Amino acid sequence: MHVVIIGNGISGSSAARWLRKLGDAKITMISSESEHFYSRTALMYIYMGHMRYEDTKPYENWFWDKNRINILKAQVDSVDFKSKKLALSSGKSINYDVLIFALGSKWNKFGWPGQDLKGVGGMYSLQDLEKIENYSKNLKKAVIVGGGLIGIELAEMFHSRHIPVTFLVRESSFWNLVLPKEESEMISKHILDNGIDLKLDVNLEQIIGDDTGTVKEVIVKETQEKIPCGFVGLTAGVSPNVAFLKDTDLHVERGIVVNEFLETNIKDVYAIGDCAQQKNPSPGRRPIEAIWYTGRMMGETAAYNIMDKKVAYDPGIWFNSAKFFDIEYQVYGTVLTNPPENHEQLFWVNKHNNKSIRIIYDNLTNEVIGFNLMGIRYRHEVCEKWLKEKTHIETVLRNLGMANFDPEFYKEYEQEIINIYNHKSGKTITLKTKRGLSKVLAFLSKKS
Amino acid sequence: MKIIQKIGLVLFCIALLVFTAMLGLGTVELNESNFSVEDPYHRAEILNVAKEEGFLNKPISSISFISSYKNIIKKASNNLAEKAKTSLPEGVQIWDYTIADWRVKEYVPAAIKNGSAGPVKDNPFLFLFLTFGLAIIGGLMFIIPKFSEPEGIKNNGIYHNSLTRGIGFNTKLIYLLGTIIAVLIYGFFYMSDLFWPIATLILGLLITYLVFYKQDSKDHNPQRTTAPINTGMLGIIAGTYMLIFYVLLYWAPAYIHNWITMVNPLSEFLSGGQASQWFLYGLMYTCIVIVMGIRMMTKYQHNTYQKIRTASVMFFQTAFAFLIPEILVRLNQPWYDFKNFWPLDYDFFYAYNIDQLTSSGSLGLFMLIWGIIAIIIGIPLMTYFMGKRWYCSWVCGCGGLAETLGDPWRQLSDKSMRAWKYERYIIHGVLVFAILMTLFVLYHYFTGTSSILGLNVESVKKWYGFFIGAGFSGVVGTGFYPLMGNRVWCRFGCPLAAYLGLVQRFKSRFRITTNGGQCISCGNCSTYCEMGIDVRSYAQKGQDIVRSSCVGCGVCSAVCPRGVLRLENGSGDITERTDQLRTIHITEDQVKILN
Repeated sequence: MHVVIIGNGISGSSAARWLRKLGDAKITMISSESEHFYSRTALMYIYMGHMRYEDTKPYENWFWDKNRINILKAQVDSVDFKSKKLALSSGKSINYDVLIFALGSKWNKFGWPGQDLKGVGGMYSLQDLEKIENYSKNLKKAVIVGGGLIGIELAEMFHSRHIPVTFLVRESSFWNLVLPKEESEMISKHILDNGIDLKLDVNLEQIIGDDTGTVKEVIVKETQEKIPCGFVGLTAGVSPNVAFLKDTDLHVERGIVVNEFLETNIKDVYAIGDCAQQKNPSPGRRPIEAIWYTGRMMGETAAYNIMDKKVAYDPGIWFNSAKFFDIEYQVYGTVLTNPPENHEQLFWVNKHNNKSIRIIYDNLTNEVIGFNLMGIRYRHEVCEKWLKEKTHIETVLRNLGMANFDPEFYKEYEQEIINIYNHKSGKTITLKTKRGLSKVLAFLSKKS
Repeated sequence: MKIIQKIGLVLFCIALLVFTAMLGLGTVELNESNFSVEDPYHRAEILNVAKEEGFLNKPISSISFISSYKNIIKKASNNLAEKAKTSLPEGVQIWDYTIADWRVKEYVPAAIKNGSAGPVKDNPFLFLFLTFGLAIIGGLMFIIPKFSEPEGIKNNGIYHNSLTRGIGFNTKLIYLLGTIIAVLIYGFFYMSDLFWPIATLILGLLITYLVFYKQDSKDHNPQRTTAPINTGMLGIIAGTYMLIFYVLLYWAPAYIHNWITMVNPLSEFLSGGQASQWFLYGLMYTCIVIVMGIRMMTKYQHNTYQKIRTASVMFFQTAFAFLIPEILVRLNQPWYDFKNFWPLDYDFFYAYNIDQLTSSGSLGLFMLIWGIIAIIIGIPLMTYFMGKRWYCSWVCGCGGLAETLGDPWRQLSDKSMRAWKYERYIIHGVLVFAILMTLFVLYHYFTGTSSILGLNVESVKKWYGFFIGAGFSGVVGTGFYPLMGNRVWCRFGCPLAAYLGLVQRFKSRFRITTNGGQCISCGNCSTYCEMGIDVRSYAQKGQDIVRSSCVGCGVCSAVCPRGVLRLENGSGDITERTDQLRTIHITEDQVKILN
């Protein structure tokens, strides 16, 4: 059996690794972006000089050869699903028995005038980074459009090289479609504190170029303000990179539509990662989740299904993390920006407004629902077990030390959260389990 | 950069220039009144030759003095050898009558000490201020304003900086070969037998071949550890400066007599004795650990673990490695560093040390027992409870320098599987060498047998001291910071680290736990691991990390952008959590997603 994977990101590479673990298939992994798998999430660190490209490769170069995974740097132009053949831009073709699409995303352009000028671009691939690097020389000012995770990364990148940044954000507070109000405002303030010119509630009207077709300035829709700049970063989200599959037999909507086994409408063709669109997503989950962790899980699940060990894709309990300049962010479970009545919130914030803990529970059943952390680390496994077992909020609070994953000697805030709960409920709960590993291991090994 | 920082940088550069240039200052003169050789035959013959050569009563620069004076002694020795053929005085052995190498090593510095004159000798405090003083002031002016910067990870531009970005592949090769050749030249000219230099040559070439030319090994990937283009010029300069410093310090201290003269008043104040090159080294070492320790604190303002740990290495260096031993000397007790243990302190069981400790009353005896108990019980017990970090990155002086002065270069350690393989052979090889050497020394001490299998105890000691004690831990250990990262010695060479590592790997509560599925494989942890552990390879599998080499510096956890790593001590089961396949979400038997 010859399995061909198009794309060598986290989804494609995970699929290849698991296929090899589970069997002896011939595996070929094709990418036009890079020869080897590298960590896309580390692109910003290459620019900032924290790492080199070589350091972002999760596996050494010999790894692929040793595991008999053929890697091929090539561009796939089209797929002939009938004769199971891929046409490469080099003119060659490749036959497959099973095909996995792990195509990833491309950054969005929303038809802004001037969006194709020189000096306008997003940040998704190595090639994008190279372009940003080229435009950074003697750059006096950059404008970033779109306040998501990539937008703030790009702002931090320019900031690291002392290039002034204006950050245009459509929302009234940074990332407030995902972050609750207090956290969102904390990050907005943090962005301003770092000297970024953050403009909220604004949209891009157009990008204006000079005689050479290079960006010169942008115009803000609401204020008609002209901002001169040498680079415009478009970071208003990403969408599946599936353009070359439109008008084929493959069922493509926004992404490639897959069932719970990650199978497309064509036999022996699978889609995973950013480019996959779930026909029936799990409750509370979006059909397309362009996230590192889900890509990894889908790669693994697809490998099982291909190797005839049928298993449905289950992303499990929601978790995610990010870092906004110097503030780390972690989330476990359900944290809504417009929570229903029964989502009771315990919210604690420190006096510098750079650390906060939010614990959400159901005030009818007292089950814990979610954790949202800023500047504080919590243990994934512990939170997950509590959420899965619908643990009583008071049990969670008494043992909150088990969740604390901050480094040794860091201040512990568990009792302060408990005080908030006590104040709210009129009870007098105290902390039973402090931070430390031994109790955690005992807790995790206990069968529910 | 703030103006105050720029001034600081300028002051530091001035200090470095004065420090370097002062080696050429002053003159040395040999005359009959300051001539200190006591042996009557040597005294007469050296004076005789010096007179013939017109060397007496003539002040000349110290550098030409050293070579001329050495020639004179050599000539005198030859004359004596010639005389001995006809008229060897009764009761005098030929090897005492002629002038042996070790005598030369005493006579030359003594002559310089007694006969030197010049600005440094006249104004030691002025020079102490212009070098140590300005460097410390300048350094602090550069460092302290950083406390006002926002808290957070400060690795911006490390790989863009000429000092810290690393050195290209070919330059590395030249560097390594240069070092081997320099060591060999020294070996041929200054050591009396040829067996060891030849052994070094073979060993050195073998290492060079394995590291640089064994291309066919599957896991060979030089890009992973070297800069793609060779622009790390400042790094090369810094490394070369440190290499030369160590070579002079260990093997040619006569050339740095001005530095020693400069710190002499301080030594007299502390211990009451004359300064040696080791006092100079201890003073410098302590100043550097303190100043660069403050820098480490500015870098990790937000991280309590790093701040406490850095304060700890600063304290142990200042008190235990520097002040207490000097004060002990003032109190007529043996010079003793209470936190330096065998086998890192490789001469602990040498006859002279045992004799000195056993003849120094109850304190000396306590020191001897303290050292032995620590090795057998104290060290393994502490390592069982908290991993080897309690020593390597909290107490140890070598670790202290690596964590302070060496911090800017921590990212240059080699993370490849290949490096790990060599690491295990080399460090355990050194441990075996240290143990065998010590057993030999003790065997000699108790039985008096000085030779086994044709090897002489003195020559084994000499070559351990030369290769491991000076060459590996000093010259390579520090000179290679800008080349292979700040823990070259700790990772590849330190026998005590090897011992602690074995305990940590097989019987310890310490491990680095990883946080479920949160790893994004970005590689910051691996990049900033000074011991070259590929932390990411564990983190992305959700596997806990138990590695013998981990010194528990905690930087992987600090630089992780997603809160994935935590240094922990726990009594729970390690085996299951370090299992290779821990991350399988889907178990084979029930094909069910767990995560």
